[in-house]
Amino acid sequence: MTAPKRVAAEKSGMNLAVDIGGILMKNPVATASGTFGYGSEYAPYIDLNRLGAIVVKGITLQPRAGNTTPRLVETPAGILNSIGLQNPGVEVFIDDLLPRLVGYDLPVIVNIAGETVQDYGRLAARLDRARGVAGIEVNISCPNVKKGGMQFGSDPEMAGEVTGIVKANTGKPVIVKLSPNVTSIVAVAEKVAAAGADALSMINTLLGMAIDVKTRRPVLGNVVGGLSGPAVKPVAVRTVWQVYCEVKLPIIGMGGIMTAEDALEFILAGAAAVAVGTANFVNPRATMDVLEGIEKYMAAYGIQNINELVGAAHR
Amino acid sequence: MLITDAEIIQQEEILPGYYRVTLSAFLAAIAAKPGQFLHVRCGSTLDPLLRRPLSIHAVNRERGEISLFYRIVGRGTALLAGKRKGEKVNLLGPLGSGFTVPEGVSAAVVVAGGIGIAPLYFLLQELSALKTCADVFLGAPTSKQLFFTREIEALGHRIFSATDDGSSGYHGTVVDLFEQKPAGCVYGCGPAGMLKRLSQVIKQNELCGELSLEERMGCGVGACLSCVCKTVNEGYGTRYSRVCVDGPVFPAGEVVWE
Repeated sequence: MTAPKRVAAEKSGMNLAVDIGGILMKNPVATASGTFGYGSEYAPYIDLNRLGAIVVKGITLQPRAGNTTPRLVETPAGILNSIGLQNPGVEVFIDDLLPRLVGYDLPVIVNIAGETVQDYGRLAARLDRARGVAGIEVNISCPNVKKGGMQFGSDPEMAGEVTGIVKANTGKPVIVKLSPNVTSIVAVAEKVAAAGADALSMINTLLGMAIDVKTRRPVLGNVVGGLSGPAVKPVAVRTVWQVYCEVKLPIIGMGGIMTAEDALEFILAGAAAVAVGTANFVNPRATMDVLEGIEKYMAAYGIQNINELVGAAHR
Repeated sequence: MLITDAEIIQQEEILPGYYRVTLSAFLAAIAAKPGQFLHVRCGSTLDPLLRRPLSIHAVNRERGEISLFYRIVGRGTALLAGKRKGEKVNLLGPLGSGFTVPEGVSAAVVVAGGIGIAPLYFLLQELSALKTCADVFLGAPTSKQLFFTREIEALGHRIFSATDDGSSGYHGTVVDLFEQKPAGCVYGCGPAGMLKRLSQVIKQNELCGELSLEERMGCGVGACLSCVCKTVNEGYGTRYSRVCVDGPVFPAGEVVWE
């Protein structure tokens, strides 16, 4: 295991540390669930110790095979995916995958998804006992599964109910990942906050589809999928801005972050931390480039503490 | 596994729409194994966004050069084809599992459908270096798409060609031709329909074989689970394997065809 590298910020005395509902991150750059596997996939390319946090691929109670192919299609400045929560299940995750991350100096946030409200409670209880879990991200916004997923996230009452059962089953910080596929994301965020969430992740993918004009059929095996990448960034920044105004919870902002400038937009809109997702596919070092760019920006503008920038566009 | 900006040494149009690009990428050339691929950033803006997985076609380790043989199928490959000598492209790789190259085997069989010769040519280079002569079955719609026949013969291999229109060699598919005398350890690459047929012939004749697959790819490093294919899950039916890291080369008996 490599020792954490001394980053420029540590030498210059800049403070990049943020507190996401009790999860202490040494810098605000995390990975978005589903885009970074379980960490080891990217260990050849970056020093995982330098990440603010890792959010692992969504975990369910039972193993899931995932959706039929094609699962991915490129769209203008973005991608549509319909992976369908392929994962080995919570027991294999705890036994085989989680221990590989324990040696690293970074908080591991586990994304969970259920088909029923009770599933979320069981997952939270199981992970509460697991060593090396810093927090739980509740996925109530996956557009690619038939049961559960986004239906919990599109109804404020259901979103609150899921949040409540997770909170009742774990003492670890609970982050709820919100769906943009709703009439009012603020209404969902308010219910989730009232149910005891410690932080919010915003946003999951936008529901979309693509059609092959040659075959005259939908491209994705699942017909519809989730849109991510630069194409969704303005939507994501807007949701962070709106929720920051009304809900006093720390926000992890995500949606199309490719560069430090993109990340700073989210931070200025009100995100205390950011997650890099689709960019990892294009550039396996994207998280490090974003982190180094934020440090340069802070140095250039004489910002001593990253928290000074959080929500600064509102002031 | 590297991320590197590689300079284009040569960009050749082999046939309208078919290109061979040669890149200066010393470390990647040293590390590359037949069957592996490079994940190529064809553009420099956000659109198209993703890299394109292109199999390694040929390697010159002394010169530190890697060649990719590709067909223009969309915007990414069109952008790559537009790049000229001296320009740079960003590469990720070599990635994926390669072919098993057995030492001391006297005979190997290569079955390629059209552009499927792309990764198999590198294998033929390696076999040649190991003094292994291969029987190379090349299939294409017409004789024009029978690529690199002279180079393959110069490496010391024997070619058996098949064309759909009968313009060269056997009149029919390359798998039909191979099926007339099926033998040996088979390495295959080509369209899905061809590989499905080839895997049936391999199974019926109890041969060993390895197939190189193609799928829409995201990350290329095993994280996104986009490029999966159905494979045999010993004792548990089938499962999805990742073409990028579990493949792109799979034992012929492992792939479950729809």
